[in-house]
Amino acid sequence: MLDPEFRLRLYRDMVRMRLLDEKVVELKLAGKITGGVHSAIGEEATFIGACAALRKDDYMLPTHRGLGHVMAKGIPMTKIMADCYGKVTGTNKGKGGIIRICDRELGVLGISGTLGGVFVIATGAGLSIKLLGEDKVCLAFFGDGTSNRGTFHESLNMCALWKLPVVLVCNNNEYGMYTHVSRAVATGDISRRPYAYGIPSQTVDGNDVEAVYLAVSEAVQHARSGEGPYFVEAKTYRWRGHHEGDPGVYRTREEIDQWMEKCPIRRMKERLMNDGILNQENDEEIWNSARKEVEGAVEFAEMSEFPSIDTVYEDLWAE
Amino acid sequence: MPEITFVQALRDALYEEMRGDDKIFIMGEDVGLGEGAFGVTRGLMREFGSERVKDAPISEAAIVGAGVGAAMTGTRPVVEIMFGDFLSVAFDEVYNKAAKWRYGHGGQFRIPMVIRSAFGHRAGNSMEHSQCPEAVFMHSPGIKIVAPSTPYDAKGLLKSAIRDDNPVLFFEHKQLYRIKGEVPEEEYTLPIGVADVKRKGTDVTIVAWSLMVHKALEAADVLAGEGINAEVVDLRTIAPLDKEAVLNSVASTHRLVIVEEPNKTGGVGGEIAAIVAEEGFELLDAPIMRVASLDVPIPYSRVLEEYVLPSVERIIDAVKTICTY
Repeated sequence: MLDPEFRLRLYRDMVRMRLLDEKVVELKLAGKITGGVHSAIGEEATFIGACAALRKDDYMLPTHRGLGHVMAKGIPMTKIMADCYGKVTGTNKGKGGIIRICDRELGVLGISGTLGGVFVIATGAGLSIKLLGEDKVCLAFFGDGTSNRGTFHESLNMCALWKLPVVLVCNNNEYGMYTHVSRAVATGDISRRPYAYGIPSQTVDGNDVEAVYLAVSEAVQHARSGEGPYFVEAKTYRWRGHHEGDPGVYRTREEIDQWMEKCPIRRMKERLMNDGILNQENDEEIWNSARKEVEGAVEFAEMSEFPSIDTVYEDLWAE
Repeated sequence: MPEITFVQALRDALYEEMRGDDKIFIMGEDVGLGEGAFGVTRGLMREFGSERVKDAPISEAAIVGAGVGAAMTGTRPVVEIMFGDFLSVAFDEVYNKAAKWRYGHGGQFRIPMVIRSAFGHRAGNSMEHSQCPEAVFMHSPGIKIVAPSTPYDAKGLLKSAIRDDNPVLFFEHKQLYRIKGEVPEEEYTLPIGVADVKRKGTDVTIVAWSLMVHKALEAADVLAGEGINAEVVDLRTIAPLDKEAVLNSVASTHRLVIVEEPNKTGGVGGEIAAIVAEEGFELLDAPIMRVASLDVPIPYSRVLEEYVLPSVERIIDAVKTICTY
């Protein structure tokens, strides 16, 4: 059994992630956020559980989906929201927006706008870690659809061949944009793919934050001890569209409703209440404090300046 | 000054830089035990070991992409893509990842990497082993592109490329690997982004880079015998382009011929012509001419290949055309 405080933290982070994602959807629909919004509502357990298995100095490559991974790795919500707004106070100062939230010090290496870029970048981070003799790992998030890219196979082969400390976490939310995984992936479980490269792998319930945490912890330990890469497939479901504006003609309302019944936050809440760790009172406190944090982030972003046009050439080149 | 080959100059640059900085590593297909398809990395694995001179699987996207990932996390990769044509397999990794990662992430990361690649035609290599793709990558802000023509330039520029905190695409012409030239024994580097006048002249400016510099110099010798005094400007760097050097030369000769090895449409030559038209129109006494390959894939047959590629004769014809304009 995990430490009660730690279990509460997992729950709290899922709540924070849910409210942050919901707010960003709301702001997108209100025209406050210009970029594409790819929410991860309903998929919190995967991102929060996996990030909780990392050390502060480990590297992490997020996906475009949701904001929970960058938040869980330690980037303040204020900066995340400023990036959503394209303000100068964000992590990328208005250059990469909602998609490229990053922090070198926290090991958040950024996002590849072309899906599949994550694998090659993670491989390179693994090479650096090994060459520099560090004991970090690099965790790469990606979706079920992205496991079809050629870079997936090139990188898994390299990571296995050179025993690189790379942890691959597949957020299988059943859809690659509009296409169901069964119509895009020939192998059934995606966790079967890494076996072709001799990479240990497991599939977990991606809506069970503790199960994800335990599986990814095992993966991290494996990679950190020099045993090479490890693969975790977390099975979950995308409640909302690929992006806000997705017409959703490819699936039924019933399918979505069935999955909403399996809400990872409600599930953890019930578990914590049964175990006497959470009660109505501190649950309300958790939600209220997360709401305040999100509101504070929106206020920060609203008050922040847009970048000056004088900065347009800034950071094109390193001096 | 001792004379060494182009390939030796490159190898010396790699040796010297790797000795001075243990964060530098080499990765590419057959660069270690196989010593490189063109022999550039000969002896390096013996000297630095297989962790720093890594034989990679046939996975160009991962070779370049992992280079980017390594560069942003504290090492300084020098990756090799065996043929310039194969960069098409790693297009995203060069065009988007290497070139744009820093800017898109608000300058948080440095990408100190070099992508070395052998480019250009060599008898019978045909369409997917002969190309010069510099124009394609010039279109992506954020990556430097170097294409030297002499052993001296090759060594000084490769050392600078390795020390640069930005990604550098470094093109080595297959037909230049065996040429010899004077290279000092003492340490030196050359600045990226600075062209070099390889021959002074007064009547016409010929701009070229890599192998085409040698064709331009041959043409200039012939033209000198006919009373036309050509200046040959070797760009050395495609991006950032030294437009001042081009404009300065045109300011004294008032005529411009651009010689480039790949096909004409959408090329670097068109960009140079546009710059001179925009910023140096008053300097010109005649239209700008481009000498380039014909707009077809490079064919295999010797007869067709020779006909498609720019020749000394075509350069001479172009110069004469604008000198009698």
